[in-house]
Amino acid sequence: MVNEIPSLIAQPAPETRKSPFMEAMRRLLHHRSAQVGLIILGFLILVAIFAGVIAPFNPIKPLTGVVRRSPPCIHILGCPASQPQHIMGIDSNNRDFFSRVIYGSRLSLIIGIVTVSGAILIGAVIGAVAGFMGGWLDTSMMRVMDVFLAFPGLLLALAIVAALGPGLVNALIAIGLVSIPVYARIVRASVLSTKDMEYVQASRALGASNGHLLFSRVLPNAFTPLMVRATLGIAVVILDAAALSFLGLGAEKPTPEWGLMLGEERNSVFNAPHLVFFPGIAIMITVLAFNLIGDGLRDALDPRLSQPGS
Amino acid sequence: MLQFIARRLILVIPVLIGILFVTFVMTRSVKADPCFVMLGERATQEKCDDFKKRYGLDQPIIIQFIKYMGNMARGDFGTSIRYSRPVVDIIAERVPMTFELAMFAMLFATIAGVILGVISALRRNSAADVVTMVGANIGVSMPVFWLGLMLAYVFALLLKNTPLYIPPSGRLSSGIDLPQLAAYWHLQNLSGAGKFFIDLLSHSVIFTSIVTGNFRATRDALWHLILPAIAVGTIPLAVIARMTRSSLLEVMNQDYVRTAKAKGLPNRMVVFKHAMRNAWIPIVTIIGLETGALLAGAVLTETVFALPGVGTQLISSILARDYPVVQGFVVVIAIIFVTVNLLVDLSYAYLDPRIRLE
Repeated sequence: MVNEIPSLIAQPAPETRKSPFMEAMRRLLHHRSAQVGLIILGFLILVAIFAGVIAPFNPIKPLTGVVRRSPPCIHILGCPASQPQHIMGIDSNNRDFFSRVIYGSRLSLIIGIVTVSGAILIGAVIGAVAGFMGGWLDTSMMRVMDVFLAFPGLLLALAIVAALGPGLVNALIAIGLVSIPVYARIVRASVLSTKDMEYVQASRALGASNGHLLFSRVLPNAFTPLMVRATLGIAVVILDAAALSFLGLGAEKPTPEWGLMLGEERNSVFNAPHLVFFPGIAIMITVLAFNLIGDGLRDALDPRLSQPGS
Repeated sequence: MLQFIARRLILVIPVLIGILFVTFVMTRSVKADPCFVMLGERATQEKCDDFKKRYGLDQPIIIQFIKYMGNMARGDFGTSIRYSRPVVDIIAERVPMTFELAMFAMLFATIAGVILGVISALRRNSAADVVTMVGANIGVSMPVFWLGLMLAYVFALLLKNTPLYIPPSGRLSSGIDLPQLAAYWHLQNLSGAGKFFIDLLSHSVIFTSIVTGNFRATRDALWHLILPAIAVGTIPLAVIARMTRSSLLEVMNQDYVRTAKAKGLPNRMVVFKHAMRNAWIPIVTIIGLETGALLAGAVLTETVFALPGVGTQLISSILARDYPVVQGFVVVIAIIFVTVNLLVDLSYAYLDPRIRLE
């Protein structure tokens, strides 16, 4: 809301000032941890898009003539050229583990982005209605949100999966439901802080409809905090989805989902540790990328929040 | 102060009832019928109706909920469909394990997190600061269960024949047994709350081993807790370290700290007496907020380390659709979570007198 005013004042001399968006992007690209995060994410997106090209084998179909749970065989690291190369070894079901890890990137990115988008959409509607309408509607909606917030997210998701039954879609619905309140609160807060501002009232005086006021005047202010939360939220969703799959309540066999792969192979940890090592590293790198970008976004989009020295 | 506590307690009640209601409605509006799960796919309709009647599942949900609340107020959490045992007994068996794990994890996370955070803030942009902050970023990005598996691999396999070996699973080494406290204290004929309380204490391995003087068992139990506690504590540790750093950095820039420095106080006094006093408030908040992550982490970690706690029971009950048990544990988790948040609020009042006087 505060950044709105300088941009209006600056209108007569546009050539000396960049738009707030471009300014924020410039800050983001100069932010060290965001740079690292963006590079990792770009790499992951490429891997996900070209999974079919990168993965040497089918991620689901078992191979014949391979030794179950055999360790990685990499030619440049001394594996005899007569053997086929398996960069991450063979899993308990005779599948090429590398191919499974590669395909897993697709699923994890989709899980994170789709779930968070859904949660934001619903959360934004709830928050906007509550903040814009006020009164008993606001109070009752926010009390329900408080109840959701008062319980640890993953455990509430567990309880919801218990009700819906195991499965990847149900797990994502559960995780999405649990993350709605955060977005609803953000949108409500920014609606409340802007709806009585002079520029909104000016718009209203000019005869703008409620919908126009909400979508063109009020909601754009929620964009900044939403972007930050959403990026960090994707990280949480990917971790939680992996956790539910690990427990056997999410993705089902033989889906190449990293959490499920960890769950399937957890008893191999002592005799084939590579089967546990790689999916975990993959989850960690993906989550790390979103966390780093989220931190960078927070510093870039809202300089007031940026911490000294970060 | 008392009034403050009372007001906070009253505010907690609707939240608790809300959580209960949400999970109650959800666990009961399932597609898969519990009766088929429990009696088998070929159960006749008649048997099913009989089953539902016995467990009160044929009544409207709101009636079921009110009955449940009434029973709960009297300490009756229902009967497990799968084990045909009171849910309260299962809770008494499982909660102490998770409590011990969470306590040690939080202790580890808080001590290590605050120390690392203070070092980072005081030596800003030094190697120690950079390593701590990069480590914190990696720490919050790791799946807890994966960290647990990796720790088990390193300490139980790679370091197998060294003094650093730590067992990867279980609560106690085989061959170490502890008596039931009820029998030890000749209190077998207790019932109700007394029995529940003794059961709780009895299943706390650390407590029982200390009061019965079996210190070998205490040592063994702590030894088994090391790896799970590190796994559960890592995420909170990373978050606490980051919060301590930024909170202390902010306070260090304030005028009163400069005054303290200017009047020649030793650096140690400035940091710990003046700066930390105010820096604590956000740190305590984050410790409270992390309790949720901690409980969730404990649930996941128990399954990795085969520990007989709330988590392992909750997962197996979910898979078996044993609602009374699931519901019972949801209540327990909600109560723990809400209590911790209450304690956090109370500690604000202690740390910042303005909050008390509001």
